Amino acid sequence: MSETGLDNPALRTDTVSMPVPGDVSPPPMSARLRASILLRCLAIQGSWNYEILVGNGMGFCVEPALRGLPGGREGQPYRDALARQSVYFNAHPYLASLAVGALARAELERVPPTRLERFRTALCGPLGSLGDRLVWAAWLPACSLVALLLFGFGWSPLGVVAGFLLLYNAGHLWLRDWGLRAGWQHGLRVAAAMGHPVLQHGPRYIGRVSAVLGGLALPLAVHRAIGGQEPLSPISMGVAAATPVVAVLLVRLQGRAEGWRVVLLLLAAFVLYSVVR
Amino acid sequence: MEWLAILLDVIPLALLAGVVGLDVVSFPQAMISRPIVAATLGGALLGAPEAGLVCGTALECLALESLPVGASRYPEWGSASVVAGAVASVGVDGGRFPDVGAFAVAVVVGIATAWIGGWTMVKHRQIIAGFARPRLDQLADGSRTTVVGLQVFGMTLDLGRSAVLGGLVFLLARPVAAFVNARWTVDEDLSRAIIVTSVAAVAAASVWKDFHAISGTRQLFVASLALGTLLVIAGV
Repeated sequence: MSETGLDNPALRTDTVSMPVPGDVSPPPMSARLRASILLRCLAIQGSWNYEILVGNGMGFCVEPALRGLPGGREGQPYRDALARQSVYFNAHPYLASLAVGALARAELERVPPTRLERFRTALCGPLGSLGDRLVWAAWLPACSLVALLLFGFGWSPLGVVAGFLLLYNAGHLWLRDWGLRAGWQHGLRVAAAMGHPVLQHGPRYIGRVSAVLGGLALPLAVHRAIGGQEPLSPISMGVAAATPVVAVLLVRLQGRAEGWRVVLLLLAAFVLYSVVR
Repeated sequence: MEWLAILLDVIPLALLAGVVGLDVVSFPQAMISRPIVAATLGGALLGAPEAGLVCGTALECLALESLPVGASRYPEWGSASVVAGAVASVGVDGGRFPDVGAFAVAVVVGIATAWIGGWTMVKHRQIIAGFARPRLDQLADGSRTTVVGLQVFGMTLDLGRSAVLGGLVFLLARPVAAFVNARWTVDEDLSRAIIVTSVAAVAAASVWKDFHAISGTRQLFVASLALGTLLVIAGV
């Protein structure tokens, strides 16, 4: 639990020791508001910077909900809430929708500002860690490997691109939408939503599937990329023998040299050699 | 007239690089910026989607290694892959595969541009921070105009950053690819094998590094690697 930060007191004791607005059923979020926030969530990192990170993006995403505060856009509650939501924040961009939903509801329920700020700060760590593990380290590589497998099976450019984009974005858009709904549903008790099995166990299962995908995809993709040579030709056998050897070397180099840098140097030298010899 | 023809290729390509570069971080992160997609689009724009796809597959193997995590500096594969896919199409004349010289240059250009793109992303973030700093009082005052303005500024700048990067690199790299293509001396099959082996090794190492800590994955990876090799031998 500590790895994801879900044991942070601000996410736990704070929500059980005090009356929590999220205890009562939330008002339904209108389809228009949901669509508006979701669309904005796609641009949450539009102004990502080293000063307030994704803070301004949070304010940008929560803003449509804040129009429901007394006085609307011209009211002081709206301005105060928007100011609170536009300060420093950091989270995984997809899972930030969980924070957006929870904070939008909390603002509309007029949760005291000090409590809101504490809750907001406490969300940063867990949302970053869970999202990085699930999306960047598991789902994205898995979908990339599926794309390599489709390429290896001889799919057309359109098929490979469409297959990858449909698969990846099914997960991507579901996660953003689920996050917004769960945040709105749970409010300040959003820690419960972060215990969702997909977030907690997803990376492990996706990792296992990815290992299988990687093993299947690489030989097939390599075979097509070298022009579909006879499998037992000297070129094919050479590639099959050299690839694991170089891979082992790269694994052993871990931390000292990234593979893409090594390939850049190697291929640049190869191009020069082939042209000037 | 030759310059007009070049411009007619460069302008749409720069726009595509801009849109794809925007996808990396700013909007909408739908992964049209992954090399296998972006390079295919770049190749397709110049009439050689298959060449773009092959180049994109090579770069995708490399991109598996770098996770786009938070504030760290990482290669910007989006606009770089559009350019690489377009460069790979140099010399393709009805054939399905890129010419080997252009293929090698495309992969080198793709990696180098991704590296430079990562640096421009850092600068882009610094510029937004500089733009936001004098407006922090307005943000603290809850100004909607400032919040929306910052988002629009950041995204517009990102679009411009990627478009300029993509357009400039393509303008420089296309004649280089044509030059290298014309003077390539190493056997074509061997050359292709060297390029593919180097990128596939990075992909294999990445899969191993990413998932080997999960129990059972090492065995699954090795077993499926053997199965994949058998499928190739069986001609599937």
